[in-house]
Amino acid sequence: MNRILRISLVALLALAAAPSRAADPISDNVVKIGVLTDMTGFYSDLSGSGSVLAVKMAVDDFGGKVAGKPIEVVSADHQNKADIASNTARKWFDEGQVDIAVDMVNSGTAMAVMPVAAEKKRITLLSGPATTAITGEKCTPYNIHYTYNNWALANGTGREVVKAGGDSWYFITADYVFGKSLEEDTAAVVKASGGKVLGAVRHPQSSSDFSSYLLQAQASGAKVIGMANAGADTINTIKQAKEFGVTPKQTLAGLLVFISDVNSLGLDIAKGMYLTTAFYWDLDEQTRAWAKRFQNHPDNKKKAMPTMVQAGLYSAVTHYLNAVKAVGTDAADPVIAKMKATPVNDFFSRGGVIGPDGLHRHDMFLVQVKTPAESKYPWDYYKVVKKIPAAEAFPSVEAQKCPLAVKK
Amino acid sequence: MRALFGQLLVGLINGSFYALLSLGLAIIFGLLNVVNFSHGALYMTGAFAAWMGLHYLGVPYWGALLLAPLAVGLLGVVIERTMLRRLYQLDHLYGLLLTFGLTLIIEGLFHHQFGNSGNGYPVPELLQGGSDLGFMFLPRYRAWVVVVSVAVCLASWFVIERTRLGAYLRAGTENPRLLQAFGVNVPVMLTLTYGFGVALAGFAGVMAAPIYQVSPGMGSSLIIVVFAVVVIGGMGSIFGSIVTGLGLGLVEGLTKYLYPPAASTVVFIIMALVLLVRPAGLFGRQK
Repeated sequence: MNRILRISLVALLALAAAPSRAADPISDNVVKIGVLTDMTGFYSDLSGSGSVLAVKMAVDDFGGKVAGKPIEVVSADHQNKADIASNTARKWFDEGQVDIAVDMVNSGTAMAVMPVAAEKKRITLLSGPATTAITGEKCTPYNIHYTYNNWALANGTGREVVKAGGDSWYFITADYVFGKSLEEDTAAVVKASGGKVLGAVRHPQSSSDFSSYLLQAQASGAKVIGMANAGADTINTIKQAKEFGVTPKQTLAGLLVFISDVNSLGLDIAKGMYLTTAFYWDLDEQTRAWAKRFQNHPDNKKKAMPTMVQAGLYSAVTHYLNAVKAVGTDAADPVIAKMKATPVNDFFSRGGVIGPDGLHRHDMFLVQVKTPAESKYPWDYYKVVKKIPAAEAFPSVEAQKCPLAVKK
Repeated sequence: MRALFGQLLVGLINGSFYALLSLGLAIIFGLLNVVNFSHGALYMTGAFAAWMGLHYLGVPYWGALLLAPLAVGLLGVVIERTMLRRLYQLDHLYGLLLTFGLTLIIEGLFHHQFGNSGNGYPVPELLQGGSDLGFMFLPRYRAWVVVVSVAVCLASWFVIERTRLGAYLRAGTENPRLLQAFGVNVPVMLTLTYGFGVALAGFAGVMAAPIYQVSPGMGSSLIIVVFAVVVIGGMGSIFGSIVTGLGLGLVEGLTKYLYPPAASTVVFIIMALVLLVRPAGLFGRQK
């Protein structure tokens, strides 16, 4: 008797629950955003708790409500492991009422979650990962790659540095997929712009000593040393380049450098380096206003300025919430269509457009790190060398070869 | 040929770090029979102690060179007194697990406090710049590292192998009960030995601070190689660990010149070969 009662109760609940998803414009009466990011590992300073804060700020700016329903934010640490990322996302979508998963710094985790989200018809908004294939061969219909990708980094830094006279290059490359593809992309751009590539050395990931690679780069006599690595590897390369007298005779070109890296290096060591970024806090009134809010937020314990990943995430989530508001539902199909149909206009992206492949094409900036003498106030780190217009900054839809976009 | 010389010199510099760290490990293992997995974390603690001293208290590099190892040594004494000594009677594995757990806790605490990308530590003014040797540019600081590390290693070796105190220490490992019967306070001796071993790690951390980014992960990327050095040199052999540390630095430097992708594995290939031919290590004695 008891058992029958329980079964019927479950059935009743299921019946009660099932139609609500289809009938209500806002599923489960809540818009739930899951921030899936690296909270403790290599990328935690450039995304991590700062990414969660950026999302919370976007939600707060909506007054915590959209289309009359509350917005909730949950977060999880993917520990840079693809299986943890996809399992977390699956759980969120199946049991956690999560409507949209965001950030996913580290391409491996992003590419593990994208198919899960596509299968469950949920949107992914990527700010942290770099791999170009995310909106290329691996593209999915419910995904948006918002902030930057390898192609944009390689093009921005490669082309502009050659134009500025840095026409011979040597690469110090992290010996895994990300590093190699970044090196290949950049080498192609350097050659196409009329520069020469004199050689490359591949180092194992997380090497702490770069002196021997730097000696090889020094011996090559190249004007520019391209660093196709990331995080601690880049930081140690830059630090030791100065120690061994590589800089300032040769110029360093950082292919993936975040403002958090520059901050921890200090200007005395990082000065003179070129890099491409999607966002710099000190561009204009709007960026300053937002960045200061971010910096002074009580949740930002280290009082760090936002990285491009964090700023991009705020803009992406705001764009999403605007779309939900406009179409009055959080169902993935109409929302993503609305997001792709509406240009983005805010402090981060001025007239940026999301293509059918899911790539957000917006202006990028080539910057050079200031010297300590040029820096007038805290976090005054970059000189903007050039604004790279969206059409030059990102690959065209055709070039991306995303199967979804080609069919149309 | 010029490039080769440069690489060999760089190898020697790295080798002196290996020597300094593996020396501490070898002393601890030789005398206490503890596989001290927290060595890397304590090395990192030493580097952070130097950074915090400079940042918060204005202690310069030269002061840190003395104070940071002292602080790390004291931490070691606390660890030994409160935890490690309860495990001497048990299998090696327990000491290893305890120190591994401590590593995770220490690294986690620093990570929580300082984030992941770490902080820069400036090269002391006196040691900035460098000289052009013709075949390479040698930063003055790196030359300093080699000289000091070798000096500290040799001094430690001398104390343990050639002095009365060293004789007590060695006797304590062979037969602690007998030594105690002669009136030597063995437990205190062991505590101090552990303190000294980890102080060496802290010292290496201060030496490393101006070269590498001072970050919570700096120890874990180095410690595996250092363990390989200790195994190749012969667990517990003090002279072995010094020679092997320098030697492997050179081999690594050579590999970086000839075939860079193998640079991170060459040490382990050598370890496997040595274990096959001489399971006790190059300088170890079969028990």
